[in-house]
Amino acid sequence: MSRIQNVFAALRQAGRKALIPFVTAGDPNPTQTVPLMHAMVKSGADLIELGVPFSDPMADGPVIQRASERALAHHVSLRKVLGMVAEFRQQDNRTPVVLMGYANPIEAMGYEQFASLAAARGVDGVLTVDHPPEECAEFVAVLKRHGIDTIFLLSPTTEPARVQRVVESASGFIYYVSLRGVTGAAHLDIADVAQKVAAIRQHTNLPVGVGFGVRDAATARAIAEIGDAVVVGSRTVQEVENSPENEVAANVGKLIAELRGAIDAK
Amino acid sequence: MGKYDFPDAGGHFGQFGGIYMAETLIPAVEELRRQYLHFRDDPEFKAEFAYELKHYVGRPSPIYHAKRLSEQFGGAQIYLKREDLNHTGAHKINNAIGQALLAKRMGKKRVIAETGAGMHGVATATVAARFGMECVVYMGAEDVQRQAPNVFRMKLLGATVVPVESGSRTLKDACNEAIRDWVTNCESTFYIFGTAAGPHPYPMMVRDFQCVIGNEAKVQMPEMIGRQPDAVIACVGGGSNAIGIFHPYIEEENVQLIGVEAGGHGIASGQHAAPLTGNAKVGVLHGNKVYLMQDEDGQIIETHSISAGLDYPGVGPEHCLLKDIHRAQYVAITDDEALDAFDALCRFEGIIPALESSHALAHALKIAPTLGKDKVLLVNLSGRGDKDMNTVARIKGITL
Repeated sequence: MSRIQNVFAALRQAGRKALIPFVTAGDPNPTQTVPLMHAMVKSGADLIELGVPFSDPMADGPVIQRASERALAHHVSLRKVLGMVAEFRQQDNRTPVVLMGYANPIEAMGYEQFASLAAARGVDGVLTVDHPPEECAEFVAVLKRHGIDTIFLLSPTTEPARVQRVVESASGFIYYVSLRGVTGAAHLDIADVAQKVAAIRQHTNLPVGVGFGVRDAATARAIAEIGDAVVVGSRTVQEVENSPENEVAANVGKLIAELRGAIDAK
Repeated sequence: MGKYDFPDAGGHFGQFGGIYMAETLIPAVEELRRQYLHFRDDPEFKAEFAYELKHYVGRPSPIYHAKRLSEQFGGAQIYLKREDLNHTGAHKINNAIGQALLAKRMGKKRVIAETGAGMHGVATATVAARFGMECVVYMGAEDVQRQAPNVFRMKLLGATVVPVESGSRTLKDACNEAIRDWVTNCESTFYIFGTAAGPHPYPMMVRDFQCVIGNEAKVQMPEMIGRQPDAVIACVGGGSNAIGIFHPYIEEENVQLIGVEAGGHGIASGQHAAPLTGNAKVGVLHGNKVYLMQDEDGQIIETHSISAGLDYPGVGPEHCLLKDIHRAQYVAITDDEALDAFDALCRFEGIIPALESSHALAHALKIAPTLGKDKVLLVNLSGRGDKDMNTVARIKGITL
């Protein structure tokens, strides 16, 4: 079994939900990322989404855009991000790492080279925002050959016929985007999320993670009732942004612990 | 050459094009595709589009024989397709009207657009006023400064202009921001995309609306000279005016097609906006796979051109295909060469061209002396230069 399958199986057995924080690799600087990843795991993260910085993050709101800009100021390339994962793996061989980013850095490296490097460095899954299933059959096949899962997004506007098509390409888990709009937007409609996630479950047995708009313990708690995993993106990145450099890991750790507590509360 | 029939059902022009969009926008793009395919052949839609082009835009735009200019440069005869005479002063209005008519039929009350030089923004603000829609235009903060007169025009027309401060603060960043708006508001909002690029169906739809340029020219040239031109020359940023005049000529194999990119300070300097001429690698940005200016890590690099409308790191997918199948040839013209052509057209013909169109003209002036007087070059004069007064004055050291 893959690390992703292991984590979800163990959580399911324990009757718990996964907490998946997102941070942008190299933000606020490259030396912080690996310690930050360890701190998040220690505070209760089950899986880490590591953002690959991109010059034109079209699907992201201002918070994650700024994180990308800070990382790019340190020339954090896809290759360097893979190096960070390898460094993380020296001490943690259990926590799954999913890379999240845009297509072009991967296109530039080439699918085969990316997949073999990513597998060797210990990457478990890849979510490429602007790679819908229609355009990435070959990419999915190459990743699969290297034992890497391809995570896909589903959105409130995705029609049922398309849900079926997307889940057929997906592995690892499904990432349901609980909001219209870019990352970090407001207004989460919990009842609507519950209905949509239930509809997705008609099409797949894969775990369903829910993200976009999880900003505090209360929303995390509510989402945990619905999904198999709670994804926390902009809120985590905001904590990175607002913390002095020597307190980043501690402050993000505190946030994760608080969310963990809310998710596990009976 | 076999039958040319692109794109395929998925919006691919060979390996280029496609729908590289976030899932949140896929349903909106898919709905747009369905609606466009439905209305494109609808007689009522076609009639309304034709009516607006004739009575509101002022089409057909004439073709003008630039005799003095041709004599001055001593070679091939230069003809100009006068898109600069359209209402709002550029070819952009052709497409803006087409998309606004579609938006109306789809029940959208709000339109958004990105703009570089401001011509597409002005065209969108114009049609929004014409059809009673709310209009928001995203424009790089750098371009807001470079193109102040157009910003004022858009505001006069009732549009909200949002300066975009992220990234290089130019056209690509305006696109990013417009896409973010669309992701958030796709149910109420129609994104009037300005060039023949982006996710399917935009490259096809924008091309179709702009093909009125080439379709007219194919009728006008034989009327004027008894035959088609030897070459058709157009500037290429995203490439909508070029594909509009090229496409009807693709199967006329004796007509050479030449796209002119922004060479900036020269291809060798790296400071340009010429992905095709500069042999950029294939990449993915703004919903399509195209030749794309990027660094070795796949980050998009900042481009340079004197002309805001050509200052873009990518290019429409159909131009990428036309380059690869050698049906069109792509060259670059530097800032200085474009300025010389700008001056020449002002002085010899009394026509002030847009800096974008000056690139196409500059290439014609470059090759005309090498050709016989019986050869005919048709240049798409895609826009007029009123908007460029500040830029040109600044370069000449003049304060207005």
